[in-house]
Amino acid sequence: MSLLQEAFQYLNDPFNWTRPNGILDLAAQHLRISVTAVLAAMVIGIPVGALLGHTGRGGGFTVALSNVSRAIPTLALLTVFAVTPIGFGPTATTIALALFALPPILTNTYVGFRGVDPDVVEASRAMGMSGRQVVFRAELPLAVPLLMTGVRTAAVQVVATATLAALVAGGGLGRIITLGFRQQDYGAVLAGAILVALLAVGTEVLLSVVSRLVTPGPSRFALGRVRTRRSATGAVTAAP
Amino acid sequence: MLSAASPTVLAADAAPNPWFDPSYVTENWDTILAYLGEHVRLTIAAVVLGALLALPLALVARRSRWLAAGVLGVSTLVYTIPSLAMFAFVAPVTGLSATTVLVGLVLYSLVILVRNFLAGLQSVPGDVQEAARGMGYGPVRLFWQVELPLALPSFMAGIRVATVSTVALVTVGVIVGHGGLGQLITGGFNANFYRAEIVTGAVGCVLLALVADLLLAGAERALTPWARRVRS
Repeated sequence: MSLLQEAFQYLNDPFNWTRPNGILDLAAQHLRISVTAVLAAMVIGIPVGALLGHTGRGGGFTVALSNVSRAIPTLALLTVFAVTPIGFGPTATTIALALFALPPILTNTYVGFRGVDPDVVEASRAMGMSGRQVVFRAELPLAVPLLMTGVRTAAVQVVATATLAALVAGGGLGRIITLGFRQQDYGAVLAGAILVALLAVGTEVLLSVVSRLVTPGPSRFALGRVRTRRSATGAVTAAP
Repeated sequence: MLSAASPTVLAADAAPNPWFDPSYVTENWDTILAYLGEHVRLTIAAVVLGALLALPLALVARRSRWLAAGVLGVSTLVYTIPSLAMFAFVAPVTGLSATTVLVGLVLYSLVILVRNFLAGLQSVPGDVQEAARGMGYGPVRLFWQVELPLALPSFMAGIRVATVSTVALVTVGVIVGHGGLGQLITGGFNANFYRAEIVTGAVGCVLLALVADLLLAGAERALTPWARRVRS
């Protein structure tokens, strides 16, 4: 297993971490792009999903959106934005990734608000809550678990997908992998793969902890992802 | 950014560079067909192999709650690994070949399928199993004649999801030079941002995914005639 040794040698060299465009630089860039993309998708997806779920409209639209989005290759979207006048670089990558994060957040928010027991809504109305209060004090807390599942799915997907930006001259940790392939340095390739995989798994773990913390009521295990739930048109989340 | 030029001096803006160019498609038809063929071959092989591996896994996993939890945990972990990293893990073993892409794709489709297969098998009502056993069905006949038909909708949903996401994932295979239509996307990118080639690759992928999904939906309808009668 000399290859694994090479990978650890690469990871063990402090220069590989601290030099310009080293691991630390690339990881920071990776995280900056990912966080911006997920936040942008949340800013758009959560209010729209909440509104659609609250009014009970547009269910077909959100399901169709999330299904179609799975068919679009990430690579295609990343490339298409890079050849528009935006030009390639962090901006194009961020926009493409935000578009990819939108469907899971939108759909899960919608399903979360839609799934609130109508009796609860009725009871809150009967207690004299206004429409705004019903949304924020009855529906939102009940929708949080699913909403957070959406955010977690989207975030993991974005962190994973940001790797692909390196294929179209974007930044991020994927660069170590693409550069390694180009230089036939498979030790570096493996090292990059390990870093990227750890980052993705770390995001997943971190966000499941966060989602358990923000879920009101007695703590329970995180709900299964919507991906495993079957609907007539298939599951709800998109590919990595 | 190392080599990235500032957005204002893109060569793409200097010469006419249309998004859609029918003449590109007609002139390069053979190349496109070759990539399309590779794309389709990789997708079918990945989904079929994934299904063949997922079925026994699901059958074993449903026997105990611990095994099921283990299988689901591992599949979540595998699904979390970015595709580029997955190919990078596999590449040192199998080299720059289509096999590398296939191994990665099989892993992803396996992970999606095993979840759906398990959900489908678990959704078979216990009463029905018991009734079949009471009528003298052995385990093999029980599976083929009772459980499989009942779990089929869930199986097919999994196969459709796996197929569509595999079609999209094949494009990442460009890292080892076997990305099917993805080769057109990066090819156009490297050929001075040739938009017609990029769009051809991207639209081809989406169309392929939609066609595959429609075919599978048709197959599902044909395989479950009883569902149609209930629904209508």
